[in-house]
Amino acid sequence: MSAILPPEQRIWWKQPLDRVEGTWILIAFVWCLIMFFMMPYWHVYGKQNLSNETYKTTPDVYGKKVQAFADQYKVREETDEKIPVVHPPAGADVYMLGRLWAWWPILELENGKTYRLHLSAMDYQHGFSLQPENINIQVLPGYEHVVTVTPNRAGTYAIMCNEFCGIGHHKMVSRLYVK
Amino acid sequence: MANVAALFRVCPRTGLQYHRSAETLIKLNAVAAVVSLLVGGILALLILLTRWQAIHLIDAENFYMFLTVHGLDMLAFWIIFFEIAVLYFCSSTLLRSRLATPGMAWAGFGLMVLGAVLVNVIVFMGESTVMFTSYVPLPGHPVFYLGLILFAVGALIGCFIFLGTLVVAKAEKTYEGSIPLVTFGALTACIIAVFTIASGAIILIPTFLWSVGYIKSIDPLMYRTIWWGFGHSSQQINVSAHVAVWYAIAAIAFGAKPMSERVSRGAFLLYILFLQLASAHHLLSDPGLSSEWKIFNTSYAMYLAVLASMVHGLTVPGSIEVAQRAKGYTRGLFEWIRKAPWGNPVFSGMFISLVGFGFLGGISGVMMGTEQLNMLIHNTIYVPGHFHATVVVGTTLAFMALTYFLIPSLFNREVINPGLAKVQPYLFGLGMGVFCLAMMGAGTLGVPRRHWDITFAGASMPYEFPGTAWLMLGIMGAAGLVAVIGGIIYIYVTVGSLLWGKRLDVGAYTPQRTILRMPIATALTGHGEAAGFAAPGTFVFAMVFLTAFVLYYFVNWKYLSTVWGLS
Repeated sequence: MSAILPPEQRIWWKQPLDRVEGTWILIAFVWCLIMFFMMPYWHVYGKQNLSNETYKTTPDVYGKKVQAFADQYKVREETDEKIPVVHPPAGADVYMLGRLWAWWPILELENGKTYRLHLSAMDYQHGFSLQPENINIQVLPGYEHVVTVTPNRAGTYAIMCNEFCGIGHHKMVSRLYVK
Repeated sequence: MANVAALFRVCPRTGLQYHRSAETLIKLNAVAAVVSLLVGGILALLILLTRWQAIHLIDAENFYMFLTVHGLDMLAFWIIFFEIAVLYFCSSTLLRSRLATPGMAWAGFGLMVLGAVLVNVIVFMGESTVMFTSYVPLPGHPVFYLGLILFAVGALIGCFIFLGTLVVAKAEKTYEGSIPLVTFGALTACIIAVFTIASGAIILIPTFLWSVGYIKSIDPLMYRTIWWGFGHSSQQINVSAHVAVWYAIAAIAFGAKPMSERVSRGAFLLYILFLQLASAHHLLSDPGLSSEWKIFNTSYAMYLAVLASMVHGLTVPGSIEVAQRAKGYTRGLFEWIRKAPWGNPVFSGMFISLVGFGFLGGISGVMMGTEQLNMLIHNTIYVPGHFHATVVVGTTLAFMALTYFLIPSLFNREVINPGLAKVQPYLFGLGMGVFCLAMMGAGTLGVPRRHWDITFAGASMPYEFPGTAWLMLGIMGAAGLVAVIGGIIYIYVTVGSLLWGKRLDVGAYTPQRTILRMPIATALTGHGEAAGFAAPGTFVFAMVFLTAFVLYYFVNWKYLSTVWGLS
């Protein structure tokens, strides 16, 4: 009789479909396939795909790389903490690390140029969140993620942390320039 | 017969038959659920008034601590206690069987209570502010992981009691033919729960050993991959359980029968096969996993589980439409829904749950579960916006609706203050709906989740969010308050009814059972032999839903195409 009682017909699996159900299943299935194929389609024709290039690393090794990179391309210092602003050449490998509670160093990139941005965390997990562009990437300790980025608007951007990383989480915010 | 001590009563109002042991355990699990909801709800109010940036009520340390407890009390304890009650109801009560091994069920319940209490205490002591997800290497206290493990073991026992009861009912021939659709849905939830709890054990046991120093380190990506097999799959238990509750309420409130058993059961089968793959949603913006892995899993193998939800979204209201039309509400496309009992909270709660889950939770979930689109909202407040639409508007409201039915039938009390009960689903459901939309809006503007202060006071390079983001958080706060009032009414009405509601006739306990003997129809008939299109109104609703879905989906692709090039 109803959904809380056993089916009226023993052989319920042979009960014919109503046309409403059949039509809807067909429409919904086609929509599901469209949504599925959008993802591979975007990998071929779209310009915003998250890179899969990742290497295992350690906080020690990665920290040294970022330090060497910052020393090489430093152009000035900002804020009371004297955070280096780093201006690498177009096409370069650029490095950034997340730690309690800062992103380091400050990058200065050129509009329309492409860079290989390396990301890793020194301690806990962090969330790379570029604002107001709103691009968000998970950053894990022990994993060096290489994301190829091409800025398309000049300006001053913020990089927040959007993965909870302890009591100073809400102060973990840095800057990024695109000239 | 097997168990001479088994006592049964038949509810004089609904004709449901309760086994005494099952009845007690259903009650206790439901009460534990509501207690968890109460604690989680008080914290929800404090968190709400803090994220409402203009008010910013509590300090950072308490905010993060309360957010951790809120997540656990709501997502784990309220939901799973209630689900165990639903499992016992759908097996013992609906199949008119005794509950298998009530002693073990008591042990399971004891473990769950112990685990929940331990987790609450250790977090409130300030020892484990690690959020619901407790991502390593963020350190939690060993008791925190231990509490979760104990709770999970207790819930696992509950699942096996449910399966055992199905076996007992079959062996003792308490029903004929196949199990009811609602029990089938509960079985789906149970199978997913076993998978979920196994994933939880695989990752939480080593994490516990890490927290006491036996293991040196836990790989953060491994943790995330396996933990989400627990964290997201536990929400899939909710989906299966609340869809089962929708069918149950359609049956209870309208005498609706499934449009076709084959379609509805087939859709549940798709859940069993594919729903858990969705845990990949959480890893789409992670390093270290390939795009092929992400695409296959996040699409639940080509969206076959989304298809199942879209089917339930049609067949539940469709079955109501058919039942209403059979009663004579046949004018136009929509008389059946206009003349539905909108003043009955059992129905209104269920219907708002269905619409909210589909339009808000479903569409946003598929959007954020798309590999590339995920980067636009990962870890923003959009994510809690989505899952409050699924777990709160969807699951919680469906469970609330069911309680209004259970109070007179299971607890034998009259619902106090029916006027308040009548408006409760509207306040809670609609308040929560606007709350979710505002959170999604703020997330689209980049506002992070789990964040105490979006003014970044004290930071050397603060970022200033646009005024719209503040507006969104204000709307979220105001709508959230409406929902909190709805939540308070729910707790007041349920607890009040249990304590001082008018006692109703219980019916006598006897060892006698009324076996479910159905007049089994042999002819194979569908619904629509006459018209051929049995639920046209529902079909129109479905097309409206699809249009919204398609538009919103492609708007996000359009937005993605404007951001920085990434490859």
